Amino acid sequence: MSQTAATPGSSSLMGFVHRRRRGAELFLLVLALAVGIGAYAAVGIGVQEKVPADLLGYGGWLAALVIVAHVVIRFVAPYADPVLLPVVAALNGLGLAVIHRLDLAKEAADKPHAFAQQQLTWMTLGVVLFVVTLLALRDHRVLQRFTYTSGLAAIVLLLLPMLPGIGRTINGARIWIHVGPFSFQPGEVAKVLLVVTFSGYLVLHRDALALAGRRFLFVDLPRGRDLGPILVMWVVSLGILVRQQDLGSSLLFFGLFLVMLYVATERPGWLVVGGLLFAAGATLAYYLFSHVQVRFDIWLHPFDYYNKNGDQAFQPVEAQFGMGWGGLIGRGFGDGDPNRVPFAESDFIVAAIGEELGLTAVIAVILLYGLIVERALRIALICRDGFGKLMATGLGSIFALQVFVVVGGVTSLIPLTGLTTPFLSYGGSSLIANWVIVAILLRISDQARRPAPQLSDDTAAIGDDATQVVKLG
Amino acid sequence: MSELTLFLIRISYLAILWIFVLSAISVIRSDMFGARVPEAARGGGRAAGRTPKPAKPPSRRRGTPTHLLVTEGSNAGERVDLANAPILIGRGADAAIRLDDDYVSTRHARIAASGETWFVEDLGSTNGTYVGTVRITQPTTITLGTQVRIGKTILELRK
Repeated sequence: MSQTAATPGSSSLMGFVHRRRRGAELFLLVLALAVGIGAYAAVGIGVQEKVPADLLGYGGWLAALVIVAHVVIRFVAPYADPVLLPVVAALNGLGLAVIHRLDLAKEAADKPHAFAQQQLTWMTLGVVLFVVTLLALRDHRVLQRFTYTSGLAAIVLLLLPMLPGIGRTINGARIWIHVGPFSFQPGEVAKVLLVVTFSGYLVLHRDALALAGRRFLFVDLPRGRDLGPILVMWVVSLGILVRQQDLGSSLLFFGLFLVMLYVATERPGWLVVGGLLFAAGATLAYYLFSHVQVRFDIWLHPFDYYNKNGDQAFQPVEAQFGMGWGGLIGRGFGDGDPNRVPFAESDFIVAAIGEELGLTAVIAVILLYGLIVERALRIALICRDGFGKLMATGLGSIFALQVFVVVGGVTSLIPLTGLTTPFLSYGGSSLIANWVIVAILLRISDQARRPAPQLSDDTAAIGDDATQVVKLG
Repeated sequence: MSELTLFLIRISYLAILWIFVLSAISVIRSDMFGARVPEAARGGGRAAGRTPKPAKPPSRRRGTPTHLLVTEGSNAGERVDLANAPILIGRGADAAIRLDDDYVSTRHARIAASGETWFVEDLGSTNGTYVGTVRITQPTTITLGTQVRIGKTILELRK
């Protein structure tokens, strides 16, 4: 860790700088558009046997969004990472096409739903907020000033769905608020705010956390006053989520906190402590909540709950049938039946991709997520300030954990918990929050990759040299 | 639409998807080490403004620091040969100069060379690194006798 952290800094001294790579970004964006628009055209041909009539309009809109984002990056963050935006654009485009395909299936079943239309609106809003974030946030370090403010805001946001009147329970989880015609999942924004809080706090206290304290069972426990505030913040947010029965988000926040604590203190002991805590918490939840028991049982014995016992495993089992039927290269758009899976457009979109495009596409999608995470960690490595390092790590691990929890759940690797698949799933709050996360990552990477400004006291050095020469002469 | 056309469309879409993934990876690969900047472009301005060549060797002999000395603080007197550069300063076990000072971070600052010039770089420490009275935010050149303050400790380059 120490070596890797040390190299990038010296690299700027040893004579190489990062290039801007905006051309490479544009090239990748064109390919990303081909992925998005190609999927839309393939859906039209596969389902309706003709190229969709609005292909030009749709493609033009998608291209316009992406180009606007690209041009804004060119102007306000010229050194930003060239891969993030294209990857995100490709995932979002693919997601839109799959949601559109599911809409068509619903239309055929006389239950029309314009999810794709809405998702495109959300994407537009997401890109607008992406641009606003890049324009307003010229230096990510100002976020450090809002360490405690954003922590408070995150807790308030998490509490909002509990309020009578605007809070709403949908599908068993009370994580929504409704204001007029709009509904929103405040937890999606809260995760960004919590990353800011964690990084702001940990960057200030990491030395105290890592060095001061007593040793207890192989682990150096930090002093209560060092860990206390952040622990309280974390327990409160976790408690709220557990009360709302939002298992996926609780898992996400738990993992996020653990990763950031580990990265900040460089103590592997935290992973041991965290693993034990997780095991204890999971066991407790298993015995306390009946729905956790059922979830766990469905994961181990899905067929005991398929077509009997309330048919509670219908969703995961149908998803597995679908993915099995899809095989290596899929049924092709229009030839599968992804609509059999309930909520295929949100939690189970990976199953829909697996059914119609096959394992080949699912691997590509997971690789794309891997690239996002890799880029985030790379940004963390080359970033010059501790706050930026921690924030990039935190934001990257949000994607990593979220994809692991949801794709693992859909493929029955781990028990199913509801979370959105970033950028693919239908869901406005999540899509917008993720676009903002990418904007913040690009801002940090622009700062990190920008060549160091001309050294300030060059003139003093020249002056010194000159005096010595005169002395000699 | 015929079975074959649909099959071809399916295969070509998967191909597009993977071409995108592989191109993204290849961009990352070419980005791995950034661009090497030619020495002339980097230090060009400075080299041109310097003293004429003949005068340089003696000034280098006189002006080249050979070690780093702790002049003040609890570790005063400790010295490290600059041949071991880059030199890591901090409270951690991997530091070349281990400072026993509450105001020093685990990996606090680093001293490295670029050609003839020596730099001090803060590694994101909590209490900062000062050159003279100024807290540094980026790698800063130091010369013989420049006082670098870290916590309660002061370091200097010496001959």
